[in-house]
Amino acid sequence: MRLSYPSNVKVVKVPCTGRVDVLLILRAFESGVDGVYVAGCLEGECHFLRGNLRARRRVEYVKGLLEEVGLGGDRLEMFNMSASQGQRFAQFAQEMTERIRLLGPLPVRKAPGNG
Amino acid sequence: MIVGNRKDFGEILEKLGPARRVLVLGCNECVTVCGAGGEREVGVLASELRLCWKKEGETFDVKEHTLERQCDYEYIDQIRGFVNDYDVILSMACGAGVQYVAETYKTKLVLPAVNTTFLGVTIEQGVWSERCQGCGACILDMTAGVCPIARCAKSLLNGPCGGSSGGKCEIDNELDCAWQLIVDRLKEAGRMDRYEEILPVKDWRTGRDGGPRRRVREDMRL
Repeated sequence: MRLSYPSNVKVVKVPCTGRVDVLLILRAFESGVDGVYVAGCLEGECHFLRGNLRARRRVEYVKGLLEEVGLGGDRLEMFNMSASQGQRFAQFAQEMTERIRLLGPLPVRKAPGNG
Repeated sequence: MIVGNRKDFGEILEKLGPARRVLVLGCNECVTVCGAGGEREVGVLASELRLCWKKEGETFDVKEHTLERQCDYEYIDQIRGFVNDYDVILSMACGAGVQYVAETYKTKLVLPAVNTTFLGVTIEQGVWSERCQGCGACILDMTAGVCPIARCAKSLLNGPCGGSSGGKCEIDNELDCAWQLIVDRLKEAGRMDRYEEILPVKDWRTGRDGGPRRRVREDMRL
């Protein structure tokens, strides 16, 4: 298909979205990324049965945490697509990039001495 | 196990006030199992604090540390080497742990990050339910293994009351009536003769009515 998607998207491979842990998402934000989206298989088609459903619940939980700390839950999203839907992969990458552009960079200000 | 619930982030932040050197202290026991204050929850809370303070452009030092237990001195003592590098200890243990840490480090401000809620069991992954109130005088032999003190909204010793309907309690239609459960189990076990027996008024002196409790086993003392 030779589809292109925004080069700002960094793909982190996991064996199943069920591997995506609350701390994994939080650490991504701590490392300075402006947004995170989890790309899981279509609901009902998880090779491990419920991995993508669990990931969605965790994403919802972390959205709440991001709201609590004042960064906003919109910086995190879960999308579903099958391995053969390259078109959707590129489309979601585009959609999420546009959403994050509108939200702007993560509102993190540098302070001296912060590790 | 002791079941707790993490406090809202806003409340924790408010209690912290201007303190920015924070030791987030977890406990590897009950609060780990009920997802309230173990190593992972320490990681989540510490991450939230860092993200929040980075957003505000503040200088901070958040340390994550989890002890085997916070209800035994020898474990609490393990943080002695670095505890003074922090303004506040944010304890994610149950109320017992928070207090013992505060007793150990008398000059330190120790804040609770968890609301301790009940003694209970894991119903399924992510769901916990109350089973015991630590009344100090167990009557489970008389009640077919179902505690009416903890599980009946009125703690009735001879029930059910008129609020029991379809096996559920009037305070919540999803809550099982403890006395319905007791009667069902007595029937199943062919022990309904026990139900004929009236349980006497409970002596609450072994419970909280007798004041704070203490247990001593002389043969174990050093």
